[in-house]
Amino acid sequence: MADLYQIEDLRLSLADMTAKPLFGAAPRLEILKGLSFTIPKGAVVGIVGGSGSGKSTLGRALVRLLEPSGGAIRFDGTDITHLPEPALRPLRRRMQMIFQDPMSSLNPRHRVGTIIAEPLRLHGFDAIPDRVARALDHVGLPQSFAARYPHELSGGQRQRVGIARAIALEPDFILADEIVSGLDVSSQAQVLNLLERLVAELGLTLAFISHDLSVIRRLCQRTIVLYRGEIVEDRPTADLFADPQAAYTRELLDAIPLPDPAQAWA
Amino acid sequence: MAEAKAIDGRSMVRRRAGLRLWLSAGWLGLLCIAALLAPWIAPKDPLAQDLFLGRMPPVWVMGAEPGYWLGTDSLGRDVLSRIIHGARIALMVALIAGTITCVIGATLGLLAGFLRGWVDLVISRLIDIWMAFPPVLFSILLIAVLGPGLWSIIIAIVVIDWTRFARVVRAEAMAQGAMDYVASARVAGRGRLGTMLREILPNVLPTIVVLLTLEMGIAVIVEAILSFVNLSISTDQPTWGGMISEGRASVHQAWWVLVFPLITLFLTVLSFSQLGEGLKDRFDPVLR
Ligand SMILES: Nc1ncnc2c1ncn2[C@@H]1O[C@H](COP(=O)(O)OP(=O)(O)OP(=O)(O)O)[C@@H](O)[C@H]1O
Ligand SMILES: [Mg+2]
Repeated sequence: MADLYQIEDLRLSLADMTAKPLFGAAPRLEILKGLSFTIPKGAVVGIVGGSGSGKSTLGRALVRLLEPSGGAIRFDGTDITHLPEPALRPLRRRMQMIFQDPMSSLNPRHRVGTIIAEPLRLHGFDAIPDRVARALDHVGLPQSFAARYPHELSGGQRQRVGIARAIALEPDFILADEIVSGLDVSSQAQVLNLLERLVAELGLTLAFISHDLSVIRRLCQRTIVLYRGEIVEDRPTADLFADPQAAYTRELLDAIPLPDPAQAWA
Repeated sequence: MAEAKAIDGRSMVRRRAGLRLWLSAGWLGLLCIAALLAPWIAPKDPLAQDLFLGRMPPVWVMGAEPGYWLGTDSLGRDVLSRIIHGARIALMVALIAGTITCVIGATLGLLAGFLRGWVDLVISRLIDIWMAFPPVLFSILLIAVLGPGLWSIIIAIVVIDWTRFARVVRAEAMAQGAMDYVASARVAGRGRLGTMLREILPNVLPTIVVLLTLEMGIAVIVEAILSFVNLSISTDQPTWGGMISEGRASVHQAWWVLVFPLITLFLTVLSFSQLGEGLKDRFDPVLR
């Protein structure tokens, strides 16, 4: 299987404004410290790690909301590491993102229909109303929701709109950054079911960021474990659960409430 | 479709009737009509003096002269007609000065808040320096240099008050710029200018509208104050501020010369400030 993403020695540092001296430049804070991995076409890859381990930073680098300071990101053969925004724009249709907080990621003063249609318009799609209708259908929202504003929806419904916006563009890759962590348990399950179905139906490549290993276990064939900006494990999920190699992975596994009853009773 | 019904549970919330919107818009509408049709609806010539009819009280008071509804001033000029004609200047200043101030201030604020970087640095410094001037002295100085007249007042208001818009809109645009929907627009391939106009602006617009109507009220007051200190329009045109200033001198003999323009001024400024809030309540989808 061909690789959709090839990441080589990816480094990213940000200016640490809190440590900025009164005069002169702020020191650089190294957040990603040389990550290398690949994402094959059609794969569902989980990215886990504790808070502050750099998951979101990695995700935002993958869709080039952040520019890496070193290494290389190749998307379907194209080096996008330092590609300027105008050159990136045609590729943007193919790499989409679903955000953690749907309240903040949906423009509160646009209707749901506009929120889904606008990206389509930007990329010159035809038959936009049909596509919007189909996207709403895909995520199980009634057509009447196109006329609503985000604040008129529940949290789970909002997250479905976020998913609809991403899939409407028929992307190759979707990054989902903690998309269920703001939802209650039953909406979580619904949204995960939906995502699972869509990935299968549409043949998407998915990177799923979470700090919750039980969610990853359900959805992802392969899991990358990040710890302080470095990859400590990158293996098939089943192997990882059966036999965690890194001490940090074991810690994460222990943090799951009763992942395996037998083990918990032992 | 039980499922759709359940999912549709949050039905439309009824909009509030918005009494303050209708009251304030009603008063301002009335004023606009009066200003536009002043020569035809004013009962008397606002400049016509008649010393035999000086200080006539309003019609409901003993000893009034019929036809002079709100009485006359010490020169025998009709107070109602002068208020109606004064609305022309007041509204002209409010609309023109308010709009220009808004456009300049909001544009600079939006650019600074959204683009940040050196654009913000330049605009923010400019605002800081500007605000170091005491506004009243600044306006009197400006009018002294420009000479009195309608456009001098408008220019003075714009020059002094654009920072009010710029500061608030900048802060608001900055807060909006940090929201994920801006990152999301970038992921969707929207350019910077498009993001500013189509994503940020609709979210800053309610604030801008409230500021704009407030500014119109302020413009009416500024014009009145400048007339009051005789720095406004030439004296042969009736203005509310001018009337108040003249009425002050004879308040013990003829209270109506002071009180009616004052009430008109008060209602107008109040209406402008309520109009903005009312419009926001009525038209902002997020509050609806
Ligand atoms: N703009 C920034 N400037 C400086 N440091 C930052 C910035 N954004 C993030 N960081 C730091 O980078 C590190 C990684 O942040 P990141 O958001 O990628 O973590 P995360 O793994 O997504 O955590 P979480 O699970 O809490 O979302 C953190 O230590 C954070 O403090
Ligand atoms: Mg994160």
